Amino acid sequence: MFALALIELPLLYSEVYRRQGGHRMITSAFEYHRPSDLAGALSVLEEHGDDARVIAGGHSLIPMMKLRMADVPHLIDLQDIADLKGITVEVGTVTIGAMTTQHDLINNKALLAAAPIIHEAALQIADPQVRYMGTIGGNVANGDPGNDMPGLMQCLDATFTLVGPDGTRSVKAREFYEAAYMTEREDGEILTQISFPVTNSGFAYEKQKRKIGDYATAACAVLIAKEDGKVTSASVAMTNLSDVPVLSEAAGAALVGTSCDAIAMKAAVAAALQDIDPTEDNRGPVEFKIHVAGIIISRAIARAWSRA
Amino acid sequence: MTNQIIKMTVNGEKKEILAEPRELLIYVLREKLGLTGAHVGCETSHCGACTVEINGKSVKSCTMFAVQAEGAEITTIEGLGSPDNLHVLQANFKEHHGLQCGYCTPGMITRAHRLLQENPNPTEEDVRFGISGNICRCTGYQNIVKSILSAAAELNAAKEAAQ
Repeated sequence: MFALALIELPLLYSEVYRRQGGHRMITSAFEYHRPSDLAGALSVLEEHGDDARVIAGGHSLIPMMKLRMADVPHLIDLQDIADLKGITVEVGTVTIGAMTTQHDLINNKALLAAAPIIHEAALQIADPQVRYMGTIGGNVANGDPGNDMPGLMQCLDATFTLVGPDGTRSVKAREFYEAAYMTEREDGEILTQISFPVTNSGFAYEKQKRKIGDYATAACAVLIAKEDGKVTSASVAMTNLSDVPVLSEAAGAALVGTSCDAIAMKAAVAAALQDIDPTEDNRGPVEFKIHVAGIIISRAIARAWSRA
Repeated sequence: MTNQIIKMTVNGEKKEILAEPRELLIYVLREKLGLTGAHVGCETSHCGACTVEINGKSVKSCTMFAVQAEGAEITTIEGLGSPDNLHVLQANFKEHHGLQCGYCTPGMITRAHRLLQENPNPTEEDVRFGISGNICRCTGYQNIVKSILSAAAELNAAKEAAQ
């Protein structure tokens, strides 16, 4: 008991500080907006410019606000905008509203049939609580290199719809990411939906992470189409191995026409590793990340091929 | 920044709370509504001690502003059972010693409650995956998993008996 008391003393102090507000994480003050339609959200964005930001699930933005790395005088909550939710699969195209949560993606049967790779990847994002809140729109729009959906969207050759004061435009996922947290989206625009072709290719999303809830040390999305025992098309994209998601056209090209044998696989992995540019962080030094990436890419290709 | 009135239904009771938009839901629940069951663990959405149920979702209430829950239905551990009338999950955590220090327990039980709503017949793997957003530093999870599986069996038996 006495030994325990020694340990508990600092905890007690921290609890006192906590009650006084001393150790509490408090964001900057902000005005809260909850528009019921997209026009309302766009008008608040237009009125306040750089001082306004939209919040979707908030599980990237709120932590940044708590750390005071994000200061958002006007927070625009999109949760009431019904048009931004839902999944439709029609005439060969999947369309997903930006406010659709990872939990919704995982549990949607039509989506599972139309693009099972989404199900496989979404289950590897964060943890159950975060998946109830985290949205596909937030995941792709934030521009965080650690997010899983951007690489996956490049693999699927998805298109993002952006709505702003000047109207609506489409941007390819493969052209959306400029640098960490820098995307094609203009400040006054909201990313409203994501669409991509239905796919029956062999698929895999392989992710190496230190623990549940962590970002990838390395992750890789692969789609492979097969005919007569040969690869007819292949798409290989990687997560958290550069400051943007990386689609390796060379890796895909190395697989096409082959039977995904050991030589083709080795060539594809080598090509993919040429396209990445990982940086050292608490997940390990560059050499380690390249090593892990090589294993993850080859596993993803092998699994996608086995399902093709 | 000024306070505003936030309306929400907590454990079946309609509440009106005066709070700044930047106040996190966990602090509003604990300090303005006196519901201290949900705990502040890491405050960074990693540990799950602050888990509550909001409109049928398990949510880490440290990573939501109270104002985002305007109009929502919230269930905290206090809404599941009471000392005199334990919820089946609470009774099973007690029976199977699914806790040691108890700090993570309200979050574990609230999360397990939602998990069993969505999957009444979970395998051990389902349970482990389902509570992977809740960290326990004492038990090694063994008895927590046992408690949840046992509660699921008990709930299912009661359902069958009722039919």
